[in-house]
Amino acid sequence: MTTTVAHDTSANHQVEGHEHPSWLAHHFDDEQQQFDAGKMGMWLFLVTEVLFFSGMFCAYALYRNRNPEVFEFCSRFLNEKLGAINTGVLLFSSLTMAWAVRSSQLRETKTLIGMLGATLGCAAIFLGVKAVEYSHKWGLGLFPGKFFQSQLEHPVHTDNNYLWNLSIVPMILLVCFALYYAYGVIIASKFHQRVAGPLVIAALCFFGGVGLGTFLESEEHEEGSPVTHNATGEHAAHADHDHEHDHAQEHAVAESVKPAINFVAVDSTGMHDDVAVTPAELVTPVSAVNQKGMAGLFFSIYYCMTGVHAVHILGGMAVLTWLIVKAARFEFHSKYFGPVDNVGLYWHLVDFIWIFLFPLLYLIT
Amino acid sequence: MSASSVQHSDDGHAHGHGHGHDGEFSHPMPIWMLLAVFFALLILTCLTVYQSQFDLGNMEIWASLTIATVKAGLVIAFFMHLLWDKPLNMIIILGSLIFVALFLGFTMMDADGYRENLIMNETLQESQPPAVNVAVSK
Repeated sequence: MTTTVAHDTSANHQVEGHEHPSWLAHHFDDEQQQFDAGKMGMWLFLVTEVLFFSGMFCAYALYRNRNPEVFEFCSRFLNEKLGAINTGVLLFSSLTMAWAVRSSQLRETKTLIGMLGATLGCAAIFLGVKAVEYSHKWGLGLFPGKFFQSQLEHPVHTDNNYLWNLSIVPMILLVCFALYYAYGVIIASKFHQRVAGPLVIAALCFFGGVGLGTFLESEEHEEGSPVTHNATGEHAAHADHDHEHDHAQEHAVAESVKPAINFVAVDSTGMHDDVAVTPAELVTPVSAVNQKGMAGLFFSIYYCMTGVHAVHILGGMAVLTWLIVKAARFEFHSKYFGPVDNVGLYWHLVDFIWIFLFPLLYLIT
Repeated sequence: MSASSVQHSDDGHAHGHGHGHDGEFSHPMPIWMLLAVFFALLILTCLTVYQSQFDLGNMEIWASLTIATVKAGLVIAFFMHLLWDKPLNMIIILGSLIFVALFLGFTMMDADGYRENLIMNETLQESQPPAVNVAVSK
């Protein structure tokens, strides 16, 4: 956009004895200078991002160092499977983003749009899974800080609408994108179709992520509640794998060997029905950690870190959409791919942050 | 296409950053390299999930952090293209990591310094007299 403006204003002038091409802003000597300047600016921005996140990692390190048992206990509410799936999704999106940079340099516009769309779709899947995670925790009363309402001893089966509420905006977007695509078809504009296609798929991917997350949560749920009552029985279909049976048997054996009524453990899903009596050596006394200000503290850190990360994903999705529009106009080639490269750098940084968040939050044992 | 990309990658290797002839500065990553990095990252993710099942005690955090650092290094070096980037950019980003290390390191040293005097949560220490709190705040 800015380059076009720059071109228009300086088109009549002669810059260093020649007219510069449309993609080169007039205050740069050549394409490489423009690219290097932009890239250095991007790296400087990423430095501020790293330092920004390091503040939250610092809070994490301080509180975990001081209350390791709280972190160990609360980490059981986080579903490892969902975290691992999301890690894989983000890594794959990094792959497609790096591939998009390559395609933009080689001027393979179709591949470029496909790769950008795939990155966008992976981001949407990530957010869909995240929405499932968040809504489960909210349903359990696992809110940050002083809003934390323990329902561990007396789990309440509430029918919450959190997941539905989180899905409203993506639904609206899906409808808008679908209408936009239909508009592109009606006026037979290839450009609009090239832009709207990936957007529709990305919006659908969000609901794919929600479905995936719900499926995995219910699977874990089934696995984790062999001895507790299953209030609805709706998730009974998924526990077919041997591994899960072994796991379930371990649970059952352990529980039959040494029932300890004073101790309550919660399985990693954070589902309501997972509250089960388990042996003392596996658990920490609830009274010691499950208090306002302690468990709430962990969830403050959890929501803050993953939430700010999710906001970065949203920002990344916005700039990816911008890239798709530019790519659909065939703007990128071997001398002008700076925007793709710089958004790629940003996207990889978001992946970079998650690489640390995942083991630090989900895999505490 | 692939021939030209090989050409560029050689160029990039030789100069540290890709300033080629006639203003050609792009350096497309070969596809096999992208895929190799991706699968390495996936394997390392599986490894970190796997190792979390064992109780390594205090070493657990260091094990998972080591794996995470290796993964982050792969992402920065290849996906973020830092190996072929200008040395200045490398200094910028590695410098930020050094400052993060300073930040975290000094904070943790400081926290350990007053750890014994601090009561994090009064609800856990209800039996303790409030006098201890006064001692902390001086």
